[in-house]
Amino acid sequence: MLHTFVAYVEDLPGVLTRVASLFRRLNININSLTVGRSERAGLSRLTLVCEASAEAGHRIRASLFKLENIVDVDDIAQAPAVTRELALIKVAATPQNRSQLFDLVEVFRARIVDLTSESLIIEMTGVESKIEGLLEILREDEGRILEICRSGKMTMRRGHHLSSVLRAMGAGETETVEPGGNETQEEGLPSALE
Amino acid sequence: MGTNGNAQATNARLNPPTRLTGAEILWATLAGEGVDTVFGYPGGAILPAYDALRKFPIRHVLVRHEQCAAHMADGYARASGKVGVAIATSGPGATNLVTGIATAMLDSVPIVCITGNVSSKVLGTDAFQEVDITGITLPVTKHNFLVNKTDDFAQAIRHAFQIARCGRPGPVLVDITKDAQQGSAIFDFEAAKPRAYRPHPMLRVEESGLDQAAELIRNAKRPVILAGHGVMESGAMEQVRALAERAQIPVGLTLLGLGGFPASHPLSLGMMGMHGEAWVNHAIQESDLLIACGMRFDDRVTGTLSSYALKAKKIHIEIDPAEVNKNVKVDVALVGDLRQVLEDLLPRVSGRDGSAWLKTIEASKGVVAVRDIKNLPDSGHLYAAHVMHDLWRITGGDAVVVTDVGQHQMWEAQYFHHEKPRTLITSGGLGTMGFALPAAIGVKFACPEKDVWVVAGDGGFQMTAAELATIVQEKLKINIAIINNGYLGMVRQWQEFFYERNYEATPLVSPDFVKLADAHGIPGRTVRTRAEVAEAVNQARSAPGAFLLNFLVEKEESVYPMIPAGSALHEMIRRPGRWGKDPLEESADE
Repeated sequence: MLHTFVAYVEDLPGVLTRVASLFRRLNININSLTVGRSERAGLSRLTLVCEASAEAGHRIRASLFKLENIVDVDDIAQAPAVTRELALIKVAATPQNRSQLFDLVEVFRARIVDLTSESLIIEMTGVESKIEGLLEILREDEGRILEICRSGKMTMRRGHHLSSVLRAMGAGETETVEPGGNETQEEGLPSALE
Repeated sequence: MGTNGNAQATNARLNPPTRLTGAEILWATLAGEGVDTVFGYPGGAILPAYDALRKFPIRHVLVRHEQCAAHMADGYARASGKVGVAIATSGPGATNLVTGIATAMLDSVPIVCITGNVSSKVLGTDAFQEVDITGITLPVTKHNFLVNKTDDFAQAIRHAFQIARCGRPGPVLVDITKDAQQGSAIFDFEAAKPRAYRPHPMLRVEESGLDQAAELIRNAKRPVILAGHGVMESGAMEQVRALAERAQIPVGLTLLGLGGFPASHPLSLGMMGMHGEAWVNHAIQESDLLIACGMRFDDRVTGTLSSYALKAKKIHIEIDPAEVNKNVKVDVALVGDLRQVLEDLLPRVSGRDGSAWLKTIEASKGVVAVRDIKNLPDSGHLYAAHVMHDLWRITGGDAVVVTDVGQHQMWEAQYFHHEKPRTLITSGGLGTMGFALPAAIGVKFACPEKDVWVVAGDGGFQMTAAELATIVQEKLKINIAIINNGYLGMVRQWQEFFYERNYEATPLVSPDFVKLADAHGIPGRTVRTRAEVAEAVNQARSAPGAFLLNFLVEKEESVYPMIPAGSALHEMIRRPGRWGKDPLEESADE
């Protein structure tokens, strides 16, 4: 199954290597990994998505916690959460066929962030399936997509969720994740484009 | 060891905070952490540190190879329960430590390794003797640090000690650059104290889990306690014993658990697993409740998992949440410090009658014991099992035995009966040949008053034989027993059983070990018959210094019983003998 781990890690050299090395050792491929600053100084937040057996989740989380630089780990699993990904797509476009792309971008609620005489860049934020939907349409014209840059998934639990960091620092337990309630669909997405 | 006295004296001298060089801060911090002995080897990148050593009350033991420095620190830690320290220079000095660090990692032994590195301005440039040792040791350390600022020294080293000894212990490496050793900073030992150790957030011992465990124990008909290294690490010997005695539960031990429960205790079953006694493995397979205490269901104790203890419910008491349900799915997991968990569990456990189950096990013991090699008449040949049995008898078991890896290690485990914790020092998880001689040096420093015995095969002994010189230089009284059969015995045994006796690369030519010892100024003698064993052992014990015994034992003897890899725990290869059975025949009928 697909696992999504959200972790707070110390913002220090080599920390990412330690995280990556754990997955390397378990021979688990990392599907996507997104890291950036968090709400707390000195701590980075990462979202890591990987494919592993259902039972592996417990052991991966327990092993991540054993890394000294990891402050907190949350296995999002099936919990209600908001998941987004950012994609930049450079597409070949001439003044003659641009307008068709403008319409497409409108339908997908994406944006055009760069425009030259030969190409334009589409910026798109959404769930994975929505980005895949746009790419699928763009691929209908062969050779049109010039470059794709995707951020990988970023995930945040829904609701009044006390900061995991605070709990980890103030001693306390992460509650067990309730299965069910998977929510990754963005509202208002045209079903035909999923 | 007077450690604390030394540490306090040093601290007192350095109070209030004083400006020191990085090199001085290194030693002052080590002394402050209670270190009085370190094992190391100097070199360019660690020379500033060595230059400052004479100012501090720390004994430095010069090793002959850095791998051995790590093994010595490891032996010191296993024997004393304190953190062992190894020091090496950059590059090859650092890489030589790796096998020793991995050995400590696999057996959860707290050691701190200090390595020098090139100056921070040339880090990452392939400078002379530069190697990325924090990168190399990342998967075999609990944690490691690269320190290139003098200001960070004290804090990093104190943090390293905390990590090494807290929770599930393990090795930590601190890599310090040469320029940071030469720089200076204000040394304030107290201010460098790390934050309180954060216990693993997934530790969990719930009331309901304790109740459930107690209920399982109350209802069990055929319970077995499986005791591992965690008994020693947690200091839970008394609690395990109390549980066993109160509920009349027999205790099987892992290799590293030996000594955690007295071998002479009526409830002791001995060692389980690949070369465990038949009755232990049968008891586990027949059991309806396993209570695993500080052990991790390693493949060497479970045999094939799909057929392991299928009739048993399992309670797992373990400090590392990542070990729970890793190999064996358990019914009740009590994830916490073993001693504390047992303290909480014991009031819920009442006396129960275990006599029927104990009688069943006792009966299976009787059947097996008659074919035990130690009960065979003296045929004039010398068997390693006899040597181990006699060594146990003559020393009264009052010795610390440090073994290498292979057949002799298993014979030691079978025939030397350990009553007390930390009296068997052996590499279990990694199975590191060459461990015994250097580890014994560390053990001798940890407990100088004890009778320390190295038991090594002719193969493993040659891997680190150069440390004989260290024994002489440090004037150590260590007794060495080489179990010499002219083969890499355990590998030969596998070739005999599983590779049609194709003894490829296992016959071994060795030097005359007695002459080798003599070249170092260590007396020794060769023993060829069982009749000589007792006298030789006594001669070694009464010698004022180190003594080497070269036991020329039966060449093609094998360790029995043996569970072939991929077989179930009860499918043991048994000793062939006058009862005329095929050695490869399994003996579930017994």
